[in-house]
Amino acid sequence: MTNRVESSRGAAWLAALTPRGDVLPGYPAAVRVVDGELGGAPARFIAVVPDAENAFPRARKGEVGLVEGWALARAVRECMAADAAGVIRRPIVAVIDVTSQAYGRREEAYGIHQALAGAAAAYADARLAGHPVIGLIVGKAMSGALLAHGYQANRLIALDDPRVMVHAMGKAAAARVTLRSVEQLEALAETIPPMAYDIRSFDTLGILWRLLPVAQADQPGGEDLERVQACLLAALVDIRDDSTPDLSSRLGQPARQLSSQVRTRLRAGWEAHG
Amino acid sequence: MNLDELLSRESFTELGARARARVLLDEGSMRELIGPFDRLSSPWLAQQGVVTQADDGVVVARGRIDGQSAVVLAIEGAYQGGSMGEVGGAKIAGALELAAEDNRRGIPTRAVILFETGGVRLQEANLGLAAIAEIHAAIVDLRRYQPVIGISAGPVGCFGGMSIAAALCSYLIVTREARLGLNGPQVIEQEAGIEEYDSRDRPFIWSMTGGEQRWHSCLVDAYLDDSVAAISDQVRAFLLQGVPAQHRSDRYEAFLASLARVDTTQQARPDVVRAIYQEGLQA
Repeated sequence: MTNRVESSRGAAWLAALTPRGDVLPGYPAAVRVVDGELGGAPARFIAVVPDAENAFPRARKGEVGLVEGWALARAVRECMAADAAGVIRRPIVAVIDVTSQAYGRREEAYGIHQALAGAAAAYADARLAGHPVIGLIVGKAMSGALLAHGYQANRLIALDDPRVMVHAMGKAAAARVTLRSVEQLEALAETIPPMAYDIRSFDTLGILWRLLPVAQADQPGGEDLERVQACLLAALVDIRDDSTPDLSSRLGQPARQLSSQVRTRLRAGWEAHG
Repeated sequence: MNLDELLSRESFTELGARARARVLLDEGSMRELIGPFDRLSSPWLAQQGVVTQADDGVVVARGRIDGQSAVVLAIEGAYQGGSMGEVGGAKIAGALELAAEDNRRGIPTRAVILFETGGVRLQEANLGLAAIAEIHAAIVDLRRYQPVIGISAGPVGCFGGMSIAAALCSYLIVTREARLGLNGPQVIEQEAGIEEYDSRDRPFIWSMTGGEQRWHSCLVDAYLDDSVAAISDQVRAFLLQGVPAQHRSDRYEAFLASLARVDTTQQARPDVVRAIYQEGLQA
């Protein structure tokens, strides 16, 4: 159960949070699934980690690729199936440290969009079925990889650390697509919060449930680990107290006021066709 | 299709988003919510000196299909590449949420989504990504009650996080002109190099991600001519079929088994993809 060689921050936090759990066999090396405990009760923890031997060469650095997307779907849906007959729906914790989706010819050819949909649908269905789903962002949470692994969670928690970031696209590619230089892009990110890459700017959007200070994000342990565990438990209580299994807790911050305003206006005009 | 049919056919792809929504709904039933006169445009684009559009490129069309409550969400590919920002994304997510709510109180509202989109609008980056996650959530919620139908007709196609949304739909309709893929060709070339993916080689791009290839690879449910009648009839036929026994997004076993048969030492070829998925997914 110990002696794991931790290849990434995500792997390190997964191991620290599940000291008595074994990595489930039968999954690809890049998708680690551990049945551990949260507050003394069973919980499933899932992380995507780098696999230098990955058969798909464009998915060797912790990207979410074809196999990873479908394996995430499997890890979540098997958990749902195991609990379906009982009363308790186990919490599912997505430990998030994903550099990006995999970019490659094989990936497009075999429909990586469908694989990521498989993962997103599984997490969303688990949430709707009453599994408390918590996303813990400990490193990068980029674009399609986050959509597949974590963005469907009831609550999102992030470590307050300079290497923790959420974004839609890496800087070089984003600059190319928007016909700007990387310098121009960085300058804009200074004043436009949704364009920024750092987690503190992201936190102003109201999408995170908690932003947690940690001393050593690379070496989980001690007070940092206790704080994260306490926060996961608090999130669990908050989810169980919430009558709605949707994502509405992410709305309401001033920076996203239009997201709320659009919904209010849609509702006002919706009924006439009832 | 013979010459007479070709000449008399009404093209779907030549229509703008608003007209596409109108032809899919029962005649005379369309009512637009948060239309251009509401002037709810993107404040984020305005701050960056980018021209805004009064509907932010998304049409929310309430109406009926075969007499039953429906909503059509049409993305205007001609504006900012159909990219998803905060307002346009919230229009789609919010309408789908209301459709699901209708179903929970006994009104069987169905939804059709017209995907002409490059994905997240990078000028609104994280707000676009968040909205797309909410669109995913709403599709997965609604499709438990009623089929959610996706259409990508072209010319923009469907990329980024919105390709995941398309892949969550109960049924997905494409034409020859459509492309469907996660990563745009330019982005793959930027990230992986021109050897991996040449974004200027259009025949190559279509051979990998075009509508016809996706159809033969079992990744869509209908491959149609660019015809208003054909697409409209197919939407009604899928609605009659109801919620599928299993959504494509839930077939992890079949997909994992298929991927296990891929020789990953070789670069991907369209004919091999078709063969593997036809064997693995059609059963």
